[in-house]
Amino acid sequence: MLGRAADGLYWMFRYTERAENIARLIDAAAHMALTHTDPADDGWDSVLNSVGGHTAYCAKYEGVTGPQVIDFLLRDEDNPSSVLNAVYSARNNARTVRTALTRDAWESTNEFWLETSRMLARPVKASDLPETLDAIKRHTALIRGAFHGTMLRNEIFDFARIGTFIERADNTARILDVKYYVLLPAVSFVGSSLDNVQWESILRSVSAHRSYRWVYDADIQPAKIAEYLILSERMPRSLTFCYQKIRDSLTNLERDYGERHAAHETVGRMLANLENRMIADIFDQGLHEFLLGFIECNNRVGNEVAEAYRFY
Amino acid sequence: MAFNEMLAGDGSIRPPYAQYADWFDAQDPKGLAAKTLEAERFFRRTGITFAVYGQDGSPERLIPFDIVPRIISGAEWRRLEQGIEQRVIALNAFLEDVYNRQEIIRAGRVPKELIATNEAFLPQMMGFRPPGGVYTHIIGTDIVRTGEGQFHVLEDNARTPSGVSYMLENRETMMKMFPELFAMHRVRPVENYTTLLRRSLSALAPAGCDGAPTVAVLTPGIYNSAYFEHSFLADQMGVELVEGSDLRVVDGRVAMRTTRGYKPIDVLYRRVDDDFLDPLTFRPDSALGIPGIMDVYRAGRITIANAPGTGIVDDKAIYSYMPDIIEFYTGRKPILENVPTWRCAEKDSLAYVLDHLSELVVKEVHGSGGYGMLVGPAASKKELAAFAKKLKARPKNYIAQPTLSLSTVPIFVKKGLAPRHVDLRPFALVSDKVKIIPGGLTRVALKEGSLVVNSSQGGGTKDTWVLED
Repeated sequence: MLGRAADGLYWMFRYTERAENIARLIDAAAHMALTHTDPADDGWDSVLNSVGGHTAYCAKYEGVTGPQVIDFLLRDEDNPSSVLNAVYSARNNARTVRTALTRDAWESTNEFWLETSRMLARPVKASDLPETLDAIKRHTALIRGAFHGTMLRNEIFDFARIGTFIERADNTARILDVKYYVLLPAVSFVGSSLDNVQWESILRSVSAHRSYRWVYDADIQPAKIAEYLILSERMPRSLTFCYQKIRDSLTNLERDYGERHAAHETVGRMLANLENRMIADIFDQGLHEFLLGFIECNNRVGNEVAEAYRFY
Repeated sequence: MAFNEMLAGDGSIRPPYAQYADWFDAQDPKGLAAKTLEAERFFRRTGITFAVYGQDGSPERLIPFDIVPRIISGAEWRRLEQGIEQRVIALNAFLEDVYNRQEIIRAGRVPKELIATNEAFLPQMMGFRPPGGVYTHIIGTDIVRTGEGQFHVLEDNARTPSGVSYMLENRETMMKMFPELFAMHRVRPVENYTTLLRRSLSALAPAGCDGAPTVAVLTPGIYNSAYFEHSFLADQMGVELVEGSDLRVVDGRVAMRTTRGYKPIDVLYRRVDDDFLDPLTFRPDSALGIPGIMDVYRAGRITIANAPGTGIVDDKAIYSYMPDIIEFYTGRKPILENVPTWRCAEKDSLAYVLDHLSELVVKEVHGSGGYGMLVGPAASKKELAAFAKKLKARPKNYIAQPTLSLSTVPIFVKKGLAPRHVDLRPFALVSDKVKIIPGGLTRVALKEGSLVVNSSQGGGTKDTWVLED
């Protein structure tokens, strides 16, 4: 396949994943804003930090308020990671790789764009927000379903998966890093209502607030949250889960092409650092340092894949 | 009164439409209106659009689709088919002659300066013979009808004709929405077009290409108005859709950058204009082309379809010589007539055109898409005077034709059926043989009375049926 097509698939799925993650983040923050009574609420600040959009936001707006941040995240044309821009980019990439997609996979992406550009043509009223966010999540689920249900498991599939999981790992790592201090044992007051809201919000922003309770006790403990989102091999948004999927896809490519690249080595090292690891270990190393290192390596994997498979 | 393809002068239904008319009378108009909306939704979801605007919320544009088929009888089609085949053979023979011995010029049948001053003429093609001697592989012949058995060729599109994807999608849409109509009629299939296209392109791979040739479609990219068609054709043929940035010359061959390295291409179906094909040979500022591809081509190591330099036959002054050209190369009279054409370069013609400006259509010889054109009957006195001035200043730049009364085919409107003017673009494929797909793209002027069928000016399309009879 063309290197440019591999690039298009990778970014099509990164942007689709990004749109979904932003919808989740807004959902969690809006939920927290409703339950939180503290006026010095930093919920929206954290969201901006998680998406790396703080600087772009502050260049344009005075003060951090819910409606403004929501509009910035959903619709702002100057925000390259707004849902509208992400969907536009996902769809443009899909057009360039249309010959690599099944009709179902293409049409679900095209419909996502048609629907999103209609929904986000004007600022979203607070009363319409839940429905809008649900629609975004529903469309990304449709794309995933069409993709999994109809695409051949070949290199096309693997490049798309690598894009999905690099974006997802980046998202989970950033959410954790922005809130890492509330997860540290030293600062946490077990049972304080403030912390409980924060913890709940972290889980909610990766749609893990229910599954956490299936795996652990009903009582939320910060170290367990970190363990769950970093080390769980079953939680589909954890760093370990994402990297196992990236490894699987790279292994498929290695088998198909008979070539091993720098990306394979980097991913191997990252997994060695995740698999069979105790969370206490990571706390000892420093959670913040660990996450910063992870985000950097994750970027490197993206670049190494692009180079190995001649994206440019 | 324009010729109505469904209704004869005495109000009876013309035979090709007999069954359709019965079927239509039994339909609930509400149901048909719903089908029209359904078709539109289908086209939008599939992304069958022809222009992309920015992200300002304006949707990409759909070409309106009308649900009433245009029906052509088998006998009518046979004549069209023979006429197109004859024309396509003559066009290729003419191109080969122009770029080699120029016998038609020496014989005094076509003036030399018409070639020499033709903007699409490429001196780089002189003395070069493309694989199989085929210059124009894919041709769209624009045909208009003025009466029973009266078909005229309005234009030859030998450069990079577009529209075939609409022909195919229109058929697919109709089959999905009205399966019962296809059970009632024996409609000749068009679906094998892309298979034939791939076969036709592969048949003209360069000498020395062993095994199955690697074919690719070259597009200017997703912002090109015909991008949907480019990706559609690549997809249906099962070949790569490449852009200039994917290609480079490696070891004397044109190769595409794949995830495993560079892979040579044998046949390139290019949808990029000559000017942009090779920045080393043509426009140096072109970012759409491949530096050095013309050298590879002239070395006989890649087939480019259509060949560079074929655009000279799209020229309207050359068009006016087509009856002579056909006779010169085939030894026979043209089966399909040209529209009578006055070459304003000739003194008597110019005088006639200036005298009758308000009745004629005047076109620029290199123009296309309806630009720079005068429609005499629709023009004001001021416009006529202004155009007469331009004509006198550069007579060579213009040809004139009578205003034709294009035939009509009904479209579906609120009140039922209403006649609208149409044209027809059948598609021909040339390799070692000529294949003409039964049907083509029917473009229809949706506005009542309008003769302009261009999609950019309110035109739509119809499925076109050729009946087996």
